[in-house]
Amino acid sequence: MIRNVCGPKSRMDQRGINVARFRTSLLGCSILLGLGSAVVLGGPAAANDELTKLQGDANQWVMPAGNYANQRYSALDKITADNVGKMHPVWSFSTGVLRGHEGGPLVIGNVMYLSTPFPNNVFALDLNDNGKILWKYEPHQDPAVIAVMCCDTVNRGVSYADGKIFLSQADATLVALDAKTGKEVWSVKNGDPAKGETMTSAPVVVKDKVLVGISGGEFGVQGRMTAYNIKDGKLAWKAYSVGPDDQILFDPQKTMSLGHPVGANSSLSTWQGEQWKNGGGSVWGWTAYDPALNLVYYGSGNPGTWNPAQRPGDNKWSMTVFARDADTGVAKWVYQMTPHDEWDYDGVNEMILADINVKGKPVKALVHFDRNGFAYTLDRTNGDLLVAEKYDPAVNWASHVDPETGRPDVQKQYSTQAGGEDHNVKGICPAALGSKDQQPASFSPKTGVFYVPTNHVCMDYEPFKVSYTAGQPFVGATLSMFPPQGQQNLGNFIAWDASQGKILWSDPETFSVWSGALATAGNVVFYGTLDGYLKAVDMKTGKELYKYKTPSGIIGNINTYMHDGHQYIAVLSGVGGWAGIGMAAGLAGDTEGLGAVGAYKQLSNYTQLGGVLSVFSVD
Amino acid sequence: MIRIAPVIPAMVLAGSLLTMPDCAQAQNDPVYSVQNGIVDQHTFNGYRRYGESCHRCHGPDGSGSSYAPSLVDSLKNLNYEQFAQVVINGRQNVTTSSNNVMPSFGLTPDVALYLDDIYGYLKARSDGKLERGRPKRADD
Repeated sequence: MIRNVCGPKSRMDQRGINVARFRTSLLGCSILLGLGSAVVLGGPAAANDELTKLQGDANQWVMPAGNYANQRYSALDKITADNVGKMHPVWSFSTGVLRGHEGGPLVIGNVMYLSTPFPNNVFALDLNDNGKILWKYEPHQDPAVIAVMCCDTVNRGVSYADGKIFLSQADATLVALDAKTGKEVWSVKNGDPAKGETMTSAPVVVKDKVLVGISGGEFGVQGRMTAYNIKDGKLAWKAYSVGPDDQILFDPQKTMSLGHPVGANSSLSTWQGEQWKNGGGSVWGWTAYDPALNLVYYGSGNPGTWNPAQRPGDNKWSMTVFARDADTGVAKWVYQMTPHDEWDYDGVNEMILADINVKGKPVKALVHFDRNGFAYTLDRTNGDLLVAEKYDPAVNWASHVDPETGRPDVQKQYSTQAGGEDHNVKGICPAALGSKDQQPASFSPKTGVFYVPTNHVCMDYEPFKVSYTAGQPFVGATLSMFPPQGQQNLGNFIAWDASQGKILWSDPETFSVWSGALATAGNVVFYGTLDGYLKAVDMKTGKELYKYKTPSGIIGNINTYMHDGHQYIAVLSGVGGWAGIGMAAGLAGDTEGLGAVGAYKQLSNYTQLGGVLSVFSVD
Repeated sequence: MIRIAPVIPAMVLAGSLLTMPDCAQAQNDPVYSVQNGIVDQHTFNGYRRYGESCHRCHGPDGSGSSYAPSLVDSLKNLNYEQFAQVVINGRQNVTTSSNNVMPSFGLTPDVALYLDDIYGYLKARSDGKLERGRPKRADD
């Protein structure tokens, strides 16, 4: 066979240039790492009670997840299971941006704030004047950052505190804006896009600090959570997910894991050589805060490269729940859900704090629906594991989680490590998308039940060897995704009992449910679908009560607020994100044996791009 | 075996190597082989490199995403030279309505060193010779 005769010459040229680039990158890397040691400026934090009070006011929606407990619950009950059938759209607003719209708006007083995907415009809309634009902030970012964003240019929303709006820009700049004028108060650089460090998650304000994570798990970044003072943007603490104890802010004797101190070098000892420097553990989910315990909770993402053979060890503390002191960042406890990940099961999904009965005993619980398909109920005071059960029956990569060691019992036939490099492991459930990705679940304190948007997708996964180059993809696996055998729905919306670890009801959906849910005191649960429907279902049964097709697929989160005596439901539509990559053209398995049904399942046949906020009410 | 490029006589090939001809010559475009659903090592490598560097925007199997075009479609119109030009130099379409950026892969070893393989794989997909999903290798 004849190959391209021009190939060898151009390859040699490329290689020559590449070698030079490699050297520059390595030099740059080592200099940066030298300066990158953790800064801890502890001390008592000036109390900022404003948000703690505001989050209790159901008329407003003051933080991305509704409250610090990440519950996405509203005590509003004007819209009920009885009248939601009469709900209708009342106004809408085009964001002027086409790409995937995750997150959702805030409502502070009479003003709604929302952000868009890149270029990350921020709007303040006047609810007293039909959503008239009070101000618009347009950051100026180098569009080159678009190319190093993993899965679309999403932005999961802004945060509010102290008269300021905080924006995580794609280019890893954190900006504080005057909430009244939109003028920049301060900005700080939180990462380097040239190394693949970007920001997608919403900042979270805790007391006098604003916390931001870093994205870039597919680029071999060293993931971290960083706290800045809300007053002036000065660095307060920085806690890496992987690395030496002084960088991950661990106290070897006091930081606990399942009841035991972690000991010295708990991360370093689980990596070969200096692989931790590209070790991933990016932080891009939803952060919770318990004011009584003064702890913040969040998860870390996948370890660097999806090829497990290339990074022996447990790769701590990737795929981990962190409970950190809000003032100092020092870890109180940690729990690694997927040691030595072999499937890209990031641990970043939201931590929902709920005081519930678990097996008959009242517990300050943390409930987490992990990408790996297990729903974990932990004691959030100390990180003890109480329940770990599958929340999608299709999950097969592990049979169960050992209650003593907390480790999953990995099934050899689905282990991409056991198969080794260049071996295609087939039929793993869930797919790398997880049984659920970041789209946050909701919890009703009234029913004690969790309402969860889920994926129902499996995969073949073949790891292969890759080399690290700063700012370039560091993936090292190919994968094909398809519905579980014999099934055609790619998602379910479920109700979950976190005490028993059981599904109470499950509504099948054509596509993965990629939108954040909202539970309300009106006994209604809301969620959005990839084909663009806003749906309202009965909290007790899951029965559909209302649906409306918005202009584009929904990957945003539903929220609710009161204005002028009316309860409103608001949601961003605008298809995209990882779901937009994987499903636009349908899944691989769809075309094998399913024929026309497979083609029918192309998301692109249902919906097109376009960011629009839709607001609903009942007369 | 499906041969896409005509076999070039050895003399012409030798002459080509000496003069380093323009890669745009269609007969010199990279080729692929698909036989009974089994691909050659280059085409498989193209699939793999695609998965590493292209999948996260252009979607599974080159079939496009919500924001990046299907390369199965694009390669019906792009020849190898045009394909290489875009991959090596990148492409930006940033306007008030559009925010599409394809990075330059000219300095990315995983892409630049295997441009021919990636092209061959995508061409096979575009020509309808390869189905969705992971292609089969001879040693599977």
